[in-house]
Amino acid sequence: MNLSVDIHKDLGTFKLDVSFETDSGQITGLLGASGCGKSMTLRCIAGIEKPDRGRIVLDDKVLFDSEQHIDLPPQKRRVGYLFQNYALFPNMTVAQNIAVGARDKKVRQETVERLVRTLYLDDQEKKYPRQLSGGQQQRVALARILASAPEVLLLDEPFSALDSYLKWQVELELSDLLSAFSGPVIFVTHNRDEVQRLCQQVCVLDQGRSQSVLPVKELFEAPRTLSACLLSGCKNISRARATADGKVEALDWGVTLEPGRPLPEGLSHIGMRAHYIRPVDGPGPNRLPCKVERVVENVFSTVVMLSTPGGSQGFSRLRIELEKGRWSELTGKDPLWLELPPGDLLLLTQDR
Amino acid sequence: MDWYPLFNSLRIAAISTFIIFFLGIFAAYYVAKLPRLVKGVLDVVLTLPLVLPPTVVGYFLLRLLGPKRVLGMWFLEVFDLRLTMVWYAAIFASAVVAFPLMYRTARGAFESFDMTLAHAARTLGRSNTWIFWRVMLPCCKQGIIAGTVLAFARALGEYGATAMIAGYTPGKTATISTTVYQLWRTGDDAGAMKWVLVNLAISAVVLLCVNMLEKKDRRPRRKAAPVSGEVE
Repeated sequence: MNLSVDIHKDLGTFKLDVSFETDSGQITGLLGASGCGKSMTLRCIAGIEKPDRGRIVLDDKVLFDSEQHIDLPPQKRRVGYLFQNYALFPNMTVAQNIAVGARDKKVRQETVERLVRTLYLDDQEKKYPRQLSGGQQQRVALARILASAPEVLLLDEPFSALDSYLKWQVELELSDLLSAFSGPVIFVTHNRDEVQRLCQQVCVLDQGRSQSVLPVKELFEAPRTLSACLLSGCKNISRARATADGKVEALDWGVTLEPGRPLPEGLSHIGMRAHYIRPVDGPGPNRLPCKVERVVENVFSTVVMLSTPGGSQGFSRLRIELEKGRWSELTGKDPLWLELPPGDLLLLTQDR
Repeated sequence: MDWYPLFNSLRIAAISTFIIFFLGIFAAYYVAKLPRLVKGVLDVVLTLPLVLPPTVVGYFLLRLLGPKRVLGMWFLEVFDLRLTMVWYAAIFASAVVAFPLMYRTARGAFESFDMTLAHAARTLGRSNTWIFWRVMLPCCKQGIIAGTVLAFARALGEYGATAMIAGYTPGKTATISTTVYQLWRTGDDAGAMKWVLVNLAISAVVLLCVNMLEKKDRRPRRKAAPVSGEVE
């Protein structure tokens, strides 16, 4: 089953401009900062909000098409939507909540019983949502959605309402359940770790604009745009300019680097992950002299903030992460020379 | 003692509350959906009886329902039915005066209703009618009950507009409030006192009911998540 989305909507403060495609058996992450239009995209797919223009097609079923004036009501879309707060009906018991999803009256009772078992909700059927823990509430919401036999699943920040000690277990449970679901799944989050663990592909959303869909590995190992790089958790980013001889001048770091490969068109920034930076003994290519500004001790590692030849403020700083033992060998060196291995340099362009 | 005023008052209040219950809820539901400008205007019109002196409401009602006025004349000709100076005329008065209480409390309840519940039900395939009766109303139950009780209490105590449109005919249009005034005016202080006590008793019972309903809703809720979370 294939879901293709291409929608535009003016939201006043910014324009939503999202297009991506996803297939059965794939979990697609929609990754972006808060307020970038992730939830709005889901609401448009579900039919709760109406896009200004565009098309939403599920296989050969057109859910929305502004040109053909097709706009199926949510009731007919067969899109399961897991809301951030789960949206359980407070006036109904667990069993009644699940029964709401079951459309076919004849098999309603069986459906409820089956889902109660699959989602480990035995003994909870007669309870009200407020009597359940966050993880249980989420399972009820999922059971209710699965009872309606959806063809697509939309998950809106499913872990944001959970306490952190519950999150891990719920995430594992959800991951098992999702692998049993046959249709496309869209997973909205601002948390890159969740994307890494749960999704196969990812679409980065920045200020309402979607970028191309990437395999998850590619986003984390080789982000190509500035916003993707920031979302992938890279802390060291400098403005950059290509020089005539194929090198890169890192403007914030005050150094010229040799990436050893062709530069992308429109290069604007470069990035370097903290754990790839290597402390070295002296000068050389792709090396720069730094001064230790701040040392932060974590449980198993040490994070060191350093000023570069470019300065000691904001993006001019470099951040490296070392194992505890390793750092004690380096204490006291001034300047501390750092090498940015060319293969790990992230060459970034501005977003479209 | 002639108990007719008590019976008449209760019957008028009950019937007008019944009418207001549905009118108020549906007005609240649809007004909440309207565009802002229309909503603002309608809201003023529907709330006006709350702040107008009852005599002004009575005046408008007489202009409309009086035997020589548009509606009153039509009813008289077609159904041979008088709409003023009969016991049921007081229903119009108390319904109009008490309506804003029901409308405003119901609207407040609808406005605080979490619309994601409605969205969820729609994605699960349920019709808007189903959502209204099975999710929205039960979730807004408290506000709606409060509105109904307030409207009933107000309808029971209506005097000004009732006196104008139904008047005071012992055994016919007399209500508790009009009886109290009539007895006091004619110097029957002891009689007036009796009805005052009856009125006090009814009001106390109504308020007691409201308090009990509120207490029932405030029954202790179980703590949501035990520390171990999934153990239960």
